Amino acid sequence: MNDNPREQPRALDGRAPDVFTRGGWVPMREYGEDEVDFVIVGTGAGGGTLACKLAEAGFSVVAMDAGAYWRPLEDFASDEHEQGKLYWTDDRIVTGDNPLHLGANNSGKAVGGSTVHYMMVSLRFRPEWFKSRSKLGYGVDWPLDWREMWRYYREVEQTLSISGPVRYPWGPKRPRYPYRAHPLNAPARYLARGAEKLDIAWAETPIATLSAPRGKAPPCVYRGFCATGCSTNAKQSVLNTWLPRALAAGAEIRDLAMVGRIEAKKGRVTGVHYHRGDEWRFQKARNVVVAGYAIETPRLLLNSATSEFPDGLANSSGLVGRNLMVHLNQSVYGYSQDEIRSYKAPPSLSLTEHWNYEDAGKDYHGGWCYMAPGPLPADWARTVSGKSLWGRELLDEMTRYNHSVGLKMVGEVLPDERNRITLADETDQYGLPVPRITFSFGDNEHAMIDHALDFMDRALDVVGVAQRWRNESETAHLMGTARMGSDRATSVVDADCRSWDIPSLWICDGSVFPTSGGVNPSLTIQAIACRTGDRIAELARNGEL
Amino acid sequence: MTDPFPTYDVLAKRNTPSWDDQTREVVDRRLALPIAEGVLSDTQLATLRAIAARMCPDPPERPATTALAMVMHKIAKDQGDGHRLDCLPRTAECWRRGLDAIDAEARLRTSCGFAQLDADRADEILRAVESGEVRADLWQHLPSELFWKWRLLPDLVSAHWSQPSLWSAMGFGGPASPRGYVRLGENRRDPWEAIEERQRPLRGLPRHHER
Repeated sequence: MNDNPREQPRALDGRAPDVFTRGGWVPMREYGEDEVDFVIVGTGAGGGTLACKLAEAGFSVVAMDAGAYWRPLEDFASDEHEQGKLYWTDDRIVTGDNPLHLGANNSGKAVGGSTVHYMMVSLRFRPEWFKSRSKLGYGVDWPLDWREMWRYYREVEQTLSISGPVRYPWGPKRPRYPYRAHPLNAPARYLARGAEKLDIAWAETPIATLSAPRGKAPPCVYRGFCATGCSTNAKQSVLNTWLPRALAAGAEIRDLAMVGRIEAKKGRVTGVHYHRGDEWRFQKARNVVVAGYAIETPRLLLNSATSEFPDGLANSSGLVGRNLMVHLNQSVYGYSQDEIRSYKAPPSLSLTEHWNYEDAGKDYHGGWCYMAPGPLPADWARTVSGKSLWGRELLDEMTRYNHSVGLKMVGEVLPDERNRITLADETDQYGLPVPRITFSFGDNEHAMIDHALDFMDRALDVVGVAQRWRNESETAHLMGTARMGSDRATSVVDADCRSWDIPSLWICDGSVFPTSGGVNPSLTIQAIACRTGDRIAELARNGEL
Repeated sequence: MTDPFPTYDVLAKRNTPSWDDQTREVVDRRLALPIAEGVLSDTQLATLRAIAARMCPDPPERPATTALAMVMHKIAKDQGDGHRLDCLPRTAECWRRGLDAIDAEARLRTSCGFAQLDADRADEILRAVESGEVRADLWQHLPSELFWKWRLLPDLVSAHWSQPSLWSAMGFGGPASPRGYVRLGENRRDPWEAIEERQRPLRGLPRHHER
C-alpha cells in the first residue's frame, strides 16, 4: 500500500494522524459531503486556528488543505533538501522590479500551513499600527482596536506557550510570557552586545518553541533546523496545537484536498469544488472561509468568477489580489574571531524592536526590527553565492561559516495596488490557472533598507565583526490582497473577516492585513482568527450569521 | 585553502543520537542516487558535468558527491521552486535551453564545445553567462544572467551543499535529531561538533579591541 502522505490522504475513515506518536491515530468525526456550517480552505495560522475556534463553538466544520498531513516524529528528517516537501513549490510566475522568492521563503503546503516551517517569532503589533493612517500618517487604518487585539494576542501566546522575557521593553505593558526565555546562542549574544553599545534596548525574542514540556510536546533541544520543520514537536505550530484541539472538538480535516473553485449563487455560497484522490468533488457548506494565504486566497476568489460575480468573488471593490505586501528581510553579515556556529538553536533568539517604536530620525514611513539569523548550509551557500562567488572561491568562503555572524531585518512594506496577484493563462497540475505575482519596492522601501542596513552594519562593527557585507535582496512573509476595512468600497472584508459582497463568504489569513507592520505576522494572523471565531459565534447567537 | 576541519566527518556521527532513522534513510538514498538517464542529450550532460566541475568542485580529500545526480533528478522530475520568473520556462526546459546555449557560446568563442574547454576558458564563458555578456543566438529568448541567477547557480549550489562532504568541509554539525546541542555561546563546542584547526588568519577583531 502507498503510505506516502503526499500521494495518499491520511485523514480518512474516521481517523486523523496523531502528530505526537509514530504511526498513531486520533479519532476524527466525518461529515461526508452533506451541508456543513463551515468549510475552511487552508489549515495554517488563519484557517487552522479558526477551525479550532469554530468547532469548539459547536459548529460543524470541514477544514481542507492541499498539503500532506505529517507526523513530525516519523516524517521529518534533519535535512534541508528533504524537508523541501513542506513548501508550496507548485508553478507560480513572478515578475515586477523585485520578483519575489516564494516556496521555501514564505509558502507552506502542509496541514498546518506555513507554521510547520515558520521561525516561530511571535511578536505583537505596535498599537499605533492598527491606526497607522490616523496616528502615523501612512498606509490605512485597520477596523480593529489594539486593546481588543491585545487580549487575543494573549490567548494565542498562552495556546502556543510562548517563551519570552519577563518584561518586554517596548509598547504598552503586557504580562510576562507563559514560558521562560531560552538561553541565547552566540549570534543572539552578539546582537545584544551590539544593542547595548549603541544604547538601544534588546530583548529575548518571544518564540513559539517550548522551554519546558507541554502536554505531549518536549522542550526544544536546540537542533537549529526550525526552518525545515521541527522533528521533536517542540515547535508549537498549528499542526500540533490548534488542530489536535479542532479534531477533539469535532472538526474534520481533509488533507491533500485542493479547492479549485467556490460555488456562489444568488448572493450566497453553496460549497466548494475540491480535488482529492484523483477526482473533483463537491462539499456543500452554508459558509466558506478562505484561508490560503496572500497568493492562494485571491487566486481562488478570482478563479471562482461567475456571471453574477464576473470579477471574482468578494471583489466589487476591485481590491482582491491587490496590495500584496511582504517584509523587507535584508541582512548584514561579517566574520568574527569567535566561533559562532549559528546553526545551533533556533535563529532569532534575540531582537530589537527599537526602530518599530522610535519614529524620530527616519526619512521614511513604517518600522522594522532586527534579529540574529542562523542559516543552514544550502541556504547559506545560496546567500554567499549571491556575492558573485562560485567555484573554489565559494568553497573557501564556505569554510568560514562557523565564524559568520549577521543581523537580519523584518521591515514594513507599504501597501501599493500595483503589487498584486492575477491569473496567468497557464495551468497547474490540477488544471487551475497559475497565479502571477507582480511585486516592486517603492521609494519608501528603499529608504528603509538604506537606514536599516547602515544601522545593522554599525551594530556589527561595534562588536568587532569584520569584513561585513550586505545582502540586499531578501524578503519574508506575505500579506494583503484581501484587506479588511470599515468601508466596502475600499476593502474586501469587514473587521470580522466577513466579505462585504457575500455574507456567507469569509477570508481569514494574512490576506486581510491592510498594512504589514514591522514584525513577523503569524501571531497577528492567529489573533485575528481567534477574534473571528468569537465574532462568528456571537453573530450566530444574535441570528446574524 | 587547506581544509580547516581535517579530522571531522559528519558521516561518522551516523550511528550516534545526532541521527534518526528517517535522516539516515534520506542521506543514504542521496549518496546512492544515480544520474538519471535519458533526461539530457549526451552533449547536454557533458556540458552540465563540466559546469558543475567548475562552479561546484568537490572539496579535496573528501568523498565524491552526488550533487550532479541531484540536479539531474530535479530536471527529470521538472521540479519547480514555487517561483518562476515570467521570462523563464519551467525547470527542465530552462536547463536544456541553458545548457545548449552555454555550449553554443563556447563553440562561438573557441570553436569547441564547453565540455572540451580547459579551466580558464570555461570560467571565461561562465563569467560571460553570469554578467549577461553573451553572443550566441540561443540566448535571444533566455536572458543568460537571469538563467544564471534563478536556475543555474541556485540549483547547483543547493545540491552541492546538501552533501555530507560539503557539510564536513565547512564544519557544520550536520543532522541533529533527536540530539541537538547544549553549548550555545560563542567559542563553546559540544563534543560532537567539528574541531577547527586554525591554519589561516582569523577575521574580525579580538574581543578586547571592540569599539
